[in-house]
Amino acid sequence: MLSSVQNPRFLLLHLPPKHLHFATTKAIHTSQTLALSPSTSPPVSQILTLRHSLLSRRSTAVELAEAYLARLRRTEPQLKSFLHVSENALKEAAEIDRRIERNEAVGPMAGVLVAVKDNICTADMPSTAGSRALEGYRPPFDATAVRKLRESGAIVIGKTNLDEFGMGSTTEGSAYQVTANPWDLSRVPGGSSGGSAAAVSARQCVVSLGSDTGGSVRQPASFCGVVGLKPTYGCVSRYGLVAYASSLDVIGCFGSSVTDTGILLHAISGHDRFDATSSKRQVPAFTSQFISKDLLESKPLKGLRVGIIRETIDDGVDPDVISSVCGAACHLEELGCIVTEVSLPSFSLGLPAYYILASSESSSNLSRYDGVRYGNQVVADELNSLYGNSRAKGFGSEVKMRILMGTYALSAGYYDAYYKRAQQVRTLIQKSFKEALDKNDILISPAAPSVAYKIGEKKNDPLAMYAGDIMTVNVNLAGLPALVLPCGFVEEESTSLPVGFQMIGAAFDEEKLLKVGHIFEQTLRGCNFVPPLVADDFPC
Amino acid sequence: MALTLFRGIQTRPFLPYPYGLFPRKHVLFYATMKSTQTQTATHEKEQPLLKVSSHTHSKRLDNVSKGYEAIIGIETHVQLYTLTKAFCSCPYSYGSQPNTTICPICMGLPGALPVLNSKVIEFAVKLGLALNCKLSLNSKFDRKQYFYPDLPKGYQISQFDIPIASGGFIDLDIPVEFGGGHRRFGITRVHMEEDAGKLLHTGNGSYSEVDLNRAGVPLLEIVSEPDMRTGIEAAEYAAELQRLVRFLGVSNGNMQEGSLRCDVNVSVRPIGQLEFGTKVEIKNLNSFSAISRAIDFEISRQVLLHNENQSIQIVQETRLWDEGAQKTVTMRKKEGLSDYRYFPEPDLPEVILGKEYIDSIRDSLPELPEMKRRRYEKMGLSMQDVLFLANDINVADFFDATIDKGADVKLAANWIMGDIAAYMKNEKLSINETKLIPQELAELIASIKGGTISGKIGKEILFEMLGKGGTVKGLIKEKDLVQIVDPVEIERMVDKVIAENPKQLEQYRGGRTKLQGYFAGQIMKLSKGKANPVLLNKILLEKLNAKS
Repeated sequence: MLSSVQNPRFLLLHLPPKHLHFATTKAIHTSQTLALSPSTSPPVSQILTLRHSLLSRRSTAVELAEAYLARLRRTEPQLKSFLHVSENALKEAAEIDRRIERNEAVGPMAGVLVAVKDNICTADMPSTAGSRALEGYRPPFDATAVRKLRESGAIVIGKTNLDEFGMGSTTEGSAYQVTANPWDLSRVPGGSSGGSAAAVSARQCVVSLGSDTGGSVRQPASFCGVVGLKPTYGCVSRYGLVAYASSLDVIGCFGSSVTDTGILLHAISGHDRFDATSSKRQVPAFTSQFISKDLLESKPLKGLRVGIIRETIDDGVDPDVISSVCGAACHLEELGCIVTEVSLPSFSLGLPAYYILASSESSSNLSRYDGVRYGNQVVADELNSLYGNSRAKGFGSEVKMRILMGTYALSAGYYDAYYKRAQQVRTLIQKSFKEALDKNDILISPAAPSVAYKIGEKKNDPLAMYAGDIMTVNVNLAGLPALVLPCGFVEEESTSLPVGFQMIGAAFDEEKLLKVGHIFEQTLRGCNFVPPLVADDFPC
Repeated sequence: MALTLFRGIQTRPFLPYPYGLFPRKHVLFYATMKSTQTQTATHEKEQPLLKVSSHTHSKRLDNVSKGYEAIIGIETHVQLYTLTKAFCSCPYSYGSQPNTTICPICMGLPGALPVLNSKVIEFAVKLGLALNCKLSLNSKFDRKQYFYPDLPKGYQISQFDIPIASGGFIDLDIPVEFGGGHRRFGITRVHMEEDAGKLLHTGNGSYSEVDLNRAGVPLLEIVSEPDMRTGIEAAEYAAELQRLVRFLGVSNGNMQEGSLRCDVNVSVRPIGQLEFGTKVEIKNLNSFSAISRAIDFEISRQVLLHNENQSIQIVQETRLWDEGAQKTVTMRKKEGLSDYRYFPEPDLPEVILGKEYIDSIRDSLPELPEMKRRRYEKMGLSMQDVLFLANDINVADFFDATIDKGADVKLAANWIMGDIAAYMKNEKLSINETKLIPQELAELIASIKGGTISGKIGKEILFEMLGKGGTVKGLIKEKDLVQIVDPVEIERMVDKVIAENPKQLEQYRGGRTKLQGYFAGQIMKLSKGKANPVLLNKILLEKLNAKS
């Protein structure tokens, strides 16, 4: 881990750049990351396959749902990715079958089983945000993203596990259960959207929704070997997303292919009059320009300027991860991209700025859990103990720590030194991203400094866990879109663990990210990102 | 939903959302507007003018506070008269069943987000301009954080370091009975924020209920400079603010319903001393007279402590005005500065005002009370008339419309302030609710002036029109009320009455000249009040004194 990251006091110091020349990394790439079986085929879109089966009447929505549910039931005792499984999935599937039978139009997501992170409100299921403070809470409304999914025909299969209120990077911070990584059950799936990532990875559902405040979609996508997309701030409505840090929170997408991720994003994006920060831009058809692998030219990404962020392939990052990401860079080069190293000098400042801003906003956002209107109310004989005891009982230790940090940072006399300073850093980071993205079409970096680690390994070392967010937090501070794609494997204790790399685009450049990601994915040879746990269901 | 939210502590299944409940034993108890409603006697709708008659009270104060000067500043919260709340589409109407006008947004449910009602900005700009403030072209919302059960999100969306308007002033005239004079008080700032809910305390005190109907209702907070020196000045400041918001149509300004709430800061210092004394905040002021009396009480309390060398006992605290006991009592002592941990509200974009937008609002502003008063003054009306007419926008509009129809200014003012005001007061109606229209008042005044009808008949017609409507011409015709000015006809009536009263005639001629009144009355009666009184008396006298 970056030594400077572990102690935020030193983060403001300039890191001496380590000159990692691109030519040297190429060798690592070819020798290691692509040394797997060369016969695997690129991932296919589950959504398009399913739609084809439905509309050609080869299978019914009920049959398809049953297949996923059977796998879910089989794997769930080990994975524990769901906090709640819908009882209506088959009923909703049957309704889609009836519509198809009557030749009625069905939405683009008809029959697609979507898992939803439990901090996103669903009217027909509990929404706990992984916290005791909301145990048994059922919202009276669907989040806008969920409403849009239902309108496009999707079936919400259940609510997935997460770190309490999204605060954590392992999903161990859930008040209810610990989710396992489908690739190695002794490891964490990442977090905070660990449940959603694990559910897609183990094919318990087709796609899933997560939320990303500092990397909570991208890091678990990397740990679980799935595609994870963090959209531009404002692209997807936050209405119904239980707020953690409002200026950073976005709802994100998980899929087992870029196409599925793009279709899911299309279904949930767009302006929402219930979210004043949602963008009024026209939503592009993200996947319409995707070209089939067989029709690709030899250099399909010719001239695309790709900047690899120097500070992310530096000290403190697992060498195997660096080599995988550099391998991905080489692959992009082979596809015609012009890859250069770029430096973001403010990069290391992102982590402390993020933890100050996110904690500050969370200390405010979580004030509403006072036991008066919902959640557990502790019986007390005066008001202050009612608040104190209800909150003491409702929140876990990580949440309490962040509330305390945030309250401190916003207190009179400390505001200027912490919150205000962090906002200035945020402006600096936005500026340096803008400059880098003026010179490059996309930026790339690892999605996390390591592969999935053991359950319990960082539980008592919050600073080590926070340091793991170094790759992702800057993107949230800048509000930019980023796509994480699996790009290789790292062997640890004779287990193959997936590695993801991150592509960062300019604001509202999701279409470009998905297009590049799709070509990358379709041309990446030798990698099959179906975990052994369910590999029998998906023969190569 | 109701049942799952509150796990059946005490739910009201007939309501869309139940009360939030929590036990209360040693909880701070706020006296609500409601609890003192019965004690405030003034009915503002008819009597917006300040009614403090106790000159003796202020005289006593003058004696007590000799050598001291009071410094008074006021924070006013005005509830905006928008169709929906500040950040959601719930309506708000005072007095609805608890928790019937609430939604996930104003209840602060997890995942709900605020979206600003653009009317709030419009109203803030209107009031900012009317208060001669400088507008911030770029302002923002901030969160003010504290815990209280009537605050569902645990923070209030407000404005902190960049208010939408600042640095203005308000002009007003002190009523003649309080010494008169023009005053200009500074306005420090005007900012937008949301109201909190209300707590309803149960009789046995074992728990309290939360009513969130009011939560999220838009407010403008207006902070004055510490420019006022007496209770009367402070009350007049509040009354002028009320007029202003009513003239602008941004609030109903009703103090009993809590649409206009004033918190007053009072300190005293020996005259000549530069630094301020320790300030005390007074809450629970539900009428202008309460403001005036509470301040005067507080000034004498503080001066008395100074005179007894007990000024150490004046501490920074919040005191409540006890209407029953007519005194202020300690509510809570301030233990250091409370830290609200303000920070910019991330759920709402910045508020950016364009020049065109501001200009269009400035152009649409109505004539404001101060402008009206100066205009009326120039018309030659007395200050008492000016203050009365410009006090209520409906009355002012009525007056202006009457003048526009050509009515005499002074006569129109007299009719409105006299019989019309009395009628409104008795019937508890506003001038718009009567059946009288300005056109007919002008007609009435003209008819009297032109001699078509007498003043007495005019009064009759006025009350007819106030109650039932109709036109002056129509009523005169209908009731055959045209004044008799034909001397021949009057003479005929005089002859008739004299002939019918030979005894009285004899007595008159015997020296009881007072009997002239008797004859005049009889003749007037005979003419059904229509005889021109001047002509009548002239002819009568001639006949009575004629040698037979």
